[in-house]
Amino acid sequence: MLLEAAGIRKVFGKLTALDGAALSVGENEFHGLIGPNGSGKSTLMKCIAGAEVPTTGKVSFVNTDITAFTPTERARAGMSLKFQITSVLPSLTLYDNILLALQAQSSLVDLVFSRTRGLLHDQVMTMLTQFRLADRAFEAAAALSHGQQQWLEIAMALAGKPKLLLLDEPTGGMSLEERRVTGELLQPIKQHCSLVIVEHDLDFIRDICDRLTVLDQGRVLASGTVAEIQANKAVQEIYLRRA
Amino acid sequence: MPKAMGAVKQAVPAEIGGERDVAMAGSRAAGAVASTRKILPIVEGVVLLAALLAPLLLQDYLTVFATRVIILALFALSFDLVWGYAGIMSFGQALFFGSAGYGVALLARDLDITNIFLVLPAGTLIGLAFALLLGGFLLLGRHPSSVIFVSLGTLTGSYAADRLARGWYYLGGQNGIPSIAPMSLGSYEFTEGPAFYYLVLGILVVVYLLCRFLVRSQFGLALAGLRENEQRIAFFGYKVQHLKAIIFTIGGAVAGLAGSLYAFHEGFVWPNMVGVVVSTQVVLYVLFGGSGTLIGAVIGAVIVEGVSFWLSDNYRDIWPIILGLLLLLVILFRPLGLISFVLGERERVGSFGARSKENVKEKRNAP
Repeated sequence: MLLEAAGIRKVFGKLTALDGAALSVGENEFHGLIGPNGSGKSTLMKCIAGAEVPTTGKVSFVNTDITAFTPTERARAGMSLKFQITSVLPSLTLYDNILLALQAQSSLVDLVFSRTRGLLHDQVMTMLTQFRLADRAFEAAAALSHGQQQWLEIAMALAGKPKLLLLDEPTGGMSLEERRVTGELLQPIKQHCSLVIVEHDLDFIRDICDRLTVLDQGRVLASGTVAEIQANKAVQEIYLRRA
Repeated sequence: MPKAMGAVKQAVPAEIGGERDVAMAGSRAAGAVASTRKILPIVEGVVLLAALLAPLLLQDYLTVFATRVIILALFALSFDLVWGYAGIMSFGQALFFGSAGYGVALLARDLDITNIFLVLPAGTLIGLAFALLLGGFLLLGRHPSSVIFVSLGTLTGSYAADRLARGWYYLGGQNGIPSIAPMSLGSYEFTEGPAFYYLVLGILVVVYLLCRFLVRSQFGLALAGLRENEQRIAFFGYKVQHLKAIIFTIGGAVAGLAGSLYAFHEGFVWPNMVGVVVSTQVVLYVLFGGSGTLIGAVIGAVIVEGVSFWLSDNYRDIWPIILGLLLLLVILFRPLGLISFVLGERERVGSFGARSKENVKEKRNAP
C-alpha cells in the first residue's frame, strides 16, 4: 500500500471529529473519500497531509511512519495537497505560481542566481498547457475564473511530481462543463500518481474513482469498489436519512 | 449511485459563493492596476539624482544631517528585507544596528582599529552573527514560529540589549562610548561632510542593488510565496524556516553595516542605539514609505527624518504629536505606504529572474 492510515482519532476539545478512521490507498489508485457533512472527511485529509496531528493513530506512506512529519517533510517524501479553499498566490503570474511550486526543492544557489527559471521553463509551460492555461501564463492568478484557479492549484500540487495527491473538493464552485474538464485533466495523472479525493459531487467521484471510503461520524462506514459501495445498504441509509 | 446522495450537494453553494466573491474581488483589484508602465525605475532614478545633488544644494550642517538620513535609509532596507519581503515582524532590528555600532566603537577605542576595510566588514559580521543567533533561536523550530513569538522575541532581545548596555561599565553604561576616532583609510580620515556623505551614498547604492538582485531572483519568488501564504509553500516542500532564517541573517548584516557607519558618523554610541525606540523607528520608516519595495524603505527614512527635522525646528513643543498623527494617517489610509500613490500592485510584487528569450516571446503572444 502507498498510503495506510489506521486508527485515526482526532479530538478538538469536546468534539471527536475522527474516531478510529482508516484509509488505505494503493499505487495508481484514485480513491474517493465521501460522507455526509461533519463526517470527518476534511479532518482525515488534514491528518494525512500534516495540517493536523492526529490525537492517536498512525499514518504510513511508502512504508514509512509519517505521523509526526511536518508538511514540508511530507511534501519532500512525495505527498502533495490541494487545499479546499483555493490558495494560489493571487498577485503572482500563473507562470510564477507554477515555477514557485516546481522549484521547491531547488538549491539555494540555483534560486539566488535564478537558474531555476531557465532549467524549469519547459516544465512550467508543459504544466500550463496540460491544464489549458498556457495562453494566460503571464497574467496575475487573481484574474482567473474560480474554476481556472482550481486547475492552477491542481497543476501546482502536481508540480513536484508527487506519488500521492490529496484533493480537497477540487470541483467546488465549478460549472458542469468545468467539472467534466477537471475529470479529463485528472485522468492522465493516474500513470504516475495516486489520488485521494474529497468531493461532494458524487457523480464526479463515481466517474473518476476506483475505490471509495465512506465516513460517518468519524468512523469508516464502508470501503470498497464503487460498485460495492453503491450496493451497500448502510451507505444508502445514511444518505437517505439526511435527505 | 442512489439518487438521494444528490442531497449532499446542497450543502455546497453558500461556501462557494463566498469563495467566488473573494476571487472576483481579487481580479478586480488586479484589473485596476494591470497597466504595464514601469514606474519603479523612474522613482529610483529620481531619488538617486536627488541624493547625488543634495550636498551641492544643501548647507554644510544639512549635509551632515543628510548623511545620517542615508545611513538610516540603509538601516531601513534591512528591516524591509525582513518584514516587507519575508513577512518576519522584527521589532528588534536595532539590536543588530546598535551591537555593530558598539562593536566598532570598541575596536576603535581599545584596539585603535579604524581602517574602513576592517571596521565596516567587522560591523557587518557582528550584525550577521547576532541575527544568526537570535534568528536561529526564534525561527528555526521544527514548526514555523508564530508572528507574535517572533515579534516579542526580537523586541525582548532589543530591550535586553538596551538594559545590558546601560548597566555594563565596559560599554560606558548610560553614557555609552563617546569620542570615537574617525574612520580612516591610510592617513585619510572620514569626518562629517560631503566625502562621508558620498561614501555612505555609494554604500547604500551597492547594498540596494544587491538587495534588488536578491528580491528579484527566484529566491525572491520563494520569499513572495512565503509572505503571501507561508503554509501553502511549506506544503510544496519549501523549508520555510530556513528561508526565513537566511533573510533574517542578511537583514542583520545590513543593519550591522548601517550601525557601524552610524557610530563613526556620529562619533559616539549610546544604549538607545540597540533599544526599542530605534527598533520602532525603523518599522515606521518602512511602513510610512511602503514595505515590500526597496525604494519605499529609503523614501520612508528620508521623509520621516526630514519631516521630524523640520517640525522640531518649527514646532518645538508639539512636533512629536504632529509627526505621530501624520504617521497614523498614512498607515490608516495608505497601508502600503507613500509609494502606493505612484506604484500599482502588479509592479510592487514585481517580476522574478531575467526572462529567457522564449519566455518573452510567449509573453508577446499572450493576449
